[in-house]
Amino acid sequence: MTHQLIETAHLDGVPRSDRGHALRRPLWRSGLTSGLLWLSAGAYAGLVPDVDDFAYTREFAVGLAAIGGLLVLAALAGPVAGLRLKALRHWGPWLLVLPLGLIAWEAVTAKLELLPRPFFVPPQALLEVYLDDWPKLGLSVVASLKLLAWGYVIGAAVGVTLGVSIGWWRVAGYWAHPVLRFIGPLPATAWLPVAFFLFPSSWSASVFLLALATGFPVTILTWSGIASVNKDYYDIARTLGASERFLVLKVAIPAALPHVFVGLFMGLGTSFAVLVVAEMLGVKAGLGWYLQWAQGWAAYANMYAALLVMALMCSSLVTLLFRLRDRTLAWQKELVRW
Amino acid sequence: MVSAALSLRPSAPVPAAAAGLNLDVEHVSHAFQLEGAPLPVLDDVSFSAEPGAFVALLGPSGCGKSTLLRLVAGLDPPTAGRLAVDGEPIAAPDPSRILVFQDPTLYPWRTVEANVSLGLEARGLLKAQRRRVGDALSLVGLSGFASAYPRQLSGGMAQRVALARALVNEPRLLLLDEPLGKLDSLTRITMQGEILKLWQDARFTALLVTHDVEEALFLAQRVIVFSERPARIKADVTVDVPYPRHRGDPRLAELRHHLLGLLGLDATW
Repeated sequence: MTHQLIETAHLDGVPRSDRGHALRRPLWRSGLTSGLLWLSAGAYAGLVPDVDDFAYTREFAVGLAAIGGLLVLAALAGPVAGLRLKALRHWGPWLLVLPLGLIAWEAVTAKLELLPRPFFVPPQALLEVYLDDWPKLGLSVVASLKLLAWGYVIGAAVGVTLGVSIGWWRVAGYWAHPVLRFIGPLPATAWLPVAFFLFPSSWSASVFLLALATGFPVTILTWSGIASVNKDYYDIARTLGASERFLVLKVAIPAALPHVFVGLFMGLGTSFAVLVVAEMLGVKAGLGWYLQWAQGWAAYANMYAALLVMALMCSSLVTLLFRLRDRTLAWQKELVRW
Repeated sequence: MVSAALSLRPSAPVPAAAAGLNLDVEHVSHAFQLEGAPLPVLDDVSFSAEPGAFVALLGPSGCGKSTLLRLVAGLDPPTAGRLAVDGEPIAAPDPSRILVFQDPTLYPWRTVEANVSLGLEARGLLKAQRRRVGDALSLVGLSGFASAYPRQLSGGMAQRVALARALVNEPRLLLLDEPLGKLDSLTRITMQGEILKLWQDARFTALLVTHDVEEALFLAQRVIVFSERPARIKADVTVDVPYPRHRGDPRLAELRHHLLGLLGLDATW
């Protein structure tokens, strides 16, 4: 038996032996190349005159050159100082392609003006938005996050509660199932006109819509999670003296959690869509509203800048949810990496 | 950890000897409803197990032995008849009667330690009796694996955890539903010895469902042989061989022949 224990014990966390340190690290060639490319992009932006007067061309050029300088420094000094620059090396190909893309963008807009203005803007115009209009953008992000948080958290909480109830109590399932089947597939945005006159403010109406958009997938997935729990888990817990409360909280819900997270991801996606629509049509704040406002003023640079910020926000929130799931479901074998 | 695996001597921290329960099964019949029609699985089964006895229930697979264990555990009520422990009718599950399944059925989101703690936690005893969790783990030789997750365990280790999860509650009647059925034959032989030691140390009453004649004879004091479904008792055979038993004992071979004959499987003897 001792043999069996030793042979079959394969626990995680065994440190892999390090590969040993090379005495001389090779020069990071692609780093040097990309540094030089960034420097050239900076030179192109700063030294070739713009066709028109753009406010932050100099700052943009200096920024590119600074990145180039840092890359050259890292490529030359890194190996000498014994730094492995692992993360930077991983992004090496991107660091090569990005400056080329920026040069091309700069060329077709600010330098040669091959693309029609004002729909196409040079990169320095985005920089201008971030440097001059950051208070308004920042407030918009805060407003969007606040609205999203209220709607999403309420929707997720109601969804999990409802899903567990339907999965656990036959009566709850009897009444909720037809309603969910009928109302659930309706896109939350279809409720928009109704919600805006039923609720005292467009803000509370938007919270309701977000909660609805989040709640449906979370409910369905939680329910299916509860329904697919191995029945033996309950039998074992019952023979060990578990109450019904214990069965729900300590057996059913943990067992259903992988499904619940799928619902939370789906809910997050739909809630982004609802957030933008609600902000564009009702709430006078947030990134959706900023987009709408920028378009109204034909401020296309502001629009692109807001889109970038919105992408960053949504991506960060998804990342955050993945982190939470990875922590909560650490016991699972294989998880999709984000 | 390796030494812990071998330390299944009586001096190991054994749960305080709670005397085994006396089990009476009286004229129990049971049927499932299958597409509206009743499917009888147990037909007028009666037997008793005195406190501390080790009784094996032997029969062809699918004959209804496992159903009988579920009735004894209190998970389902019988269609007819009476089940009682120490004279008290069985009405609901109780931690004094614990079932160990063929599949370890560990909770995959709980560590080994948290799996073993489940019974104490469910009854609100964990704070006061946390020490017993460690004791139960060392009893099955898995002290070093307290913080491992079930997916990291081999089949035999997982089944040991399932045993520890039962033993930590100091069961007075342990119901074993083919607990070694899915293990490889070498691990099975090892664990038969371990189960025997645990039983000898803790003196619970043990009811073992198996379709392995040799296992029944090696472990049990009595072997009750069931017919095909619906299960009825064909024979109640006393295994008159003292412990420690030896697998090659001629008396065991004789009994094995006898039991295989009862099951209609002695053509190749």
